[in-house]
Amino acid sequence: MNNEKLFLGARKRVRETDAIIIGGGATGAGLARDLSRRGFECVLFERGDLATGATGRNHGRRHRGARYAVTDQVSAEECVKENSILRKIARHCVEETDGLFITLPEDDLEYQKNFIVACRAAGISAEALDPEFAKRLEPSANQTLIGAVKVPDGVVDPFRLTVANMLDAVSHGALCHTYCEVTGILVENAVATGVRVRDNLSREEYEVRAKVVINASGIWGGRVGAMAGVEVKMFPTRGSLLILGHRLNRLVINRCRKPADADILVPGDTVCLIGTTSIPIKFEEIDTTVSDREEVDILIREGALLCPEIETARKIRCYCGSRPLIADENDKTGRSTSRHIVLLDHETRDGLKGFVTISGGKLITYRLMAEMTTDLVCRKLGKNVPCDTHSVPLPGSHEPPDKILRKIAPLPPTIKAAIVHRHGDMATDIAAEGASATSLVCECELVSAAEVEHAVDTLAVRNMTDLRRRVRVGMGPCQGELCMSRAVGILADKGVCPPSGCPGELASFLVERWKGIHPLTWGETLRESEFIMWLYQGVCGIGPSDLEPGRVPGEAPGEAASTETPPGAPPG
Amino acid sequence: MRNPLLDTNFEACTKCTICTEYCPVSEANPAFAGPKQSGPDGERQRLRDASFYNETLKHCTNCKRCEVACPSDVRIGDVIALAREKHAKRSFSPRDAILSHTDFTGSLCSSLAPAVNFVCGLKPARYFMEKFLGIPAWRTFPKYSWQTFRSRWFNGAPPQDEYDETVSFFHGCFANYNNPSLGIDSVRLLNALGAGVRLLEEERCCGVPLMASGFFDDAKKNALANKAEIERALEKTDKVLCASSTCVMTVRDEYPDVLGVDNAAWRDKFDLLTRHAYRLLERGKTPRFKPLEITVAYHTACHMEKLGWSAYSIELLKLVPGLKIILLPSQCCGIAGTYGFKRENSETAQKIGEGLFSDIRDSKAELVVSECETCKMQIEMSAGVPCENPVTVLARALAG
Repeated sequence: MNNEKLFLGARKRVRETDAIIIGGGATGAGLARDLSRRGFECVLFERGDLATGATGRNHGRRHRGARYAVTDQVSAEECVKENSILRKIARHCVEETDGLFITLPEDDLEYQKNFIVACRAAGISAEALDPEFAKRLEPSANQTLIGAVKVPDGVVDPFRLTVANMLDAVSHGALCHTYCEVTGILVENAVATGVRVRDNLSREEYEVRAKVVINASGIWGGRVGAMAGVEVKMFPTRGSLLILGHRLNRLVINRCRKPADADILVPGDTVCLIGTTSIPIKFEEIDTTVSDREEVDILIREGALLCPEIETARKIRCYCGSRPLIADENDKTGRSTSRHIVLLDHETRDGLKGFVTISGGKLITYRLMAEMTTDLVCRKLGKNVPCDTHSVPLPGSHEPPDKILRKIAPLPPTIKAAIVHRHGDMATDIAAEGASATSLVCECELVSAAEVEHAVDTLAVRNMTDLRRRVRVGMGPCQGELCMSRAVGILADKGVCPPSGCPGELASFLVERWKGIHPLTWGETLRESEFIMWLYQGVCGIGPSDLEPGRVPGEAPGEAASTETPPGAPPG
Repeated sequence: MRNPLLDTNFEACTKCTICTEYCPVSEANPAFAGPKQSGPDGERQRLRDASFYNETLKHCTNCKRCEVACPSDVRIGDVIALAREKHAKRSFSPRDAILSHTDFTGSLCSSLAPAVNFVCGLKPARYFMEKFLGIPAWRTFPKYSWQTFRSRWFNGAPPQDEYDETVSFFHGCFANYNNPSLGIDSVRLLNALGAGVRLLEEERCCGVPLMASGFFDDAKKNALANKAEIERALEKTDKVLCASSTCVMTVRDEYPDVLGVDNAAWRDKFDLLTRHAYRLLERGKTPRFKPLEITVAYHTACHMEKLGWSAYSIELLKLVPGLKIILLPSQCCGIAGTYGFKRENSETAQKIGEGLFSDIRDSKAELVVSECETCKMQIEMSAGVPCENPVTVLARALAG
């Protein structure tokens, strides 16, 4: 790994480039990486922060294909292959936990047999366990289980993965422009020649020309397609997930049956989450959709069947995202969705040159999607460079954790372990000396002041919520109670927001956190939110009026005025 | 078996941090991350990965003041104790073994008491102990008694069968090996309140020093043995009483919460002696006290604070004519059992206790009263004022 500190936040504008990527999810970031590594100049535009769409909010944590083995062999095989690649190139984003598919008395044991056969056909080693052994292996699993299959499984951190891809892309010359919204596609004589962009921070608008424009905007792909005058049909469905206060389980626990609501419990970082639901929504709702209480009930009721402790365990938050399901191109009726990777070359499909859409797939196949798209760009621009993203480790994953741990000797073991978990070998860039190295900003997630400073300096943090995605500040059980005031002080010191903007920053973060808390306001979660209200409204006097007019909570001020009111009232 | 961690209520933590505010160690020793970080916060990390265990958890004295302070009823001290049991590196230390196996050390030292007491007072011996065992030379050692309380009892205790009721007495290690007069005073007080006393057939250390030094298995063995004896005693008597706050807290709370030894059937019957004495008083038993014209300062030991029962002792003391009682602000003396006897903790221990020592000196009291035996050692050494269990003070005041 070179010693050069990687830096995401540069806002260098260009008038012309090879490729424009619309969308800063895992696919977009993976594309930026692949394109830049193959020698293309590219600019990524994202209207908000990285990983704010399905990448960061829709069931993204599991990464083996066993779940699809019975219903979708192709996806399963893709997942298996991509997973083994990720284990090599993104080890600091991936945790191997293994998974358990349990059969409950009300389930059909026949499915287990088919499941094992299908897994093996897809190249997944599936092993039926003695139920008694399975109960001891995973004591948190429902102890009435009558069957269990163990599969290799794991979790992937989507935020870390996206940022690592973007960092590598930037180090190869790509430009990462978050908070830059594409407002139009420039089309001349049936050729897409560039995009019109609005900088959501400065509100300036400008145009950038490119040889290829790639629509990697997930569920917003339909809207972006429409800007170019092509139809990309999306079927948005809302998927909700519930986060629990700590890791209840060590293995990923699934129900061994046809995929259904709330049938997977995934441990990740300090928490675990139960998901997901699947509710079709209107396209107009994709920016504003929120989980409802009925979904919360389903998640708890069904989740408790996997792990009974879910019933009583503390719930931190409930959040949702829209799955980027895209219409199956082979189905003439246009009513069925594709579960697979869909790469649309609009030149052959619609006669629009220079415009490509990449959609469908899974978080785990983001790299393959990027590779397929880059291959297409290569063909279009007549460049023949082989892909190397499957063999070259991402920034952060060059060295194994034990080796990195030895390099950062003077810190307390807890802080050391936390930063190595989050940043891999990039942890060595975080100051290990001075008061900030050992002063905690977020006590729940063990984030030191030095780590926050590092994120602000290098990882394109524009507000508190971006910081949360980079370092998990405010993601613990208290949802920012103690850390937000400390972190906002650092943001102000670093000039991310002016000191006078701190109340607005806090109000924005509070409202954004409240969005996920309010469907769960009973028991401990309610007590916690009351306490937060006393502190921030009662003691600090911060209230909804501190939110800048038009600011979307959780996003940067200066964001284009959104007329939608935030779901749920702010605390108090 | 149910995971004891789930009973600690650690998820109820609202991160208010009042526990750390009340933690005597956090204030005196910055190396300790404090109860919130080490307890509920740390537990979430440790549940993810054992590499998040921090050896600084050993700085916790298990004083339980965090648990008293917690508005969310989180058993923070238990979270820390359970984590230490699960994760702490075990390395055998002769010092810790000697300090924590009080039954072994006690019976050995008692049988050689004059020699042990003499040698422990010698400078070269103390130098050796500091050098090779890590017990600070300046620390005053408790004197051992030539005859244990038990042997005195079985060689001619006053008859106990002429009373209306009989209670069992759990004397604890300190009364047995170091301070038999506390045992005798306990019996005298109970007799004066109309209760006859019998001892358990066999009694072992409650286990608290063992837990403090990481000998959780030995502590559990003791707990199980004591449980059997207590159950046997309860077939003959309604109550098992103990004058030491720490033994009472341990048997009642730590047995089920940390050691996983179920005591639900008799937890309420294992009681603090002064609390039961107060109940006897309520039932109309009135001991006759003679005037005791001294000023005493009552110190609430940490485990007394946890039990919440200081008022019983204080109310009893108020019955002694002429006795002037000063209530000291409730704060830790720093010794925390064997904690302050370990060289690496001794500085922290003294720093924690500073406030209490100066309060005691300022009070001009002639005697400090506390239910805790190690508070007694610490206060006598550091504040220079004698310290006795309230039972002893009450027994001294008994007329006739």
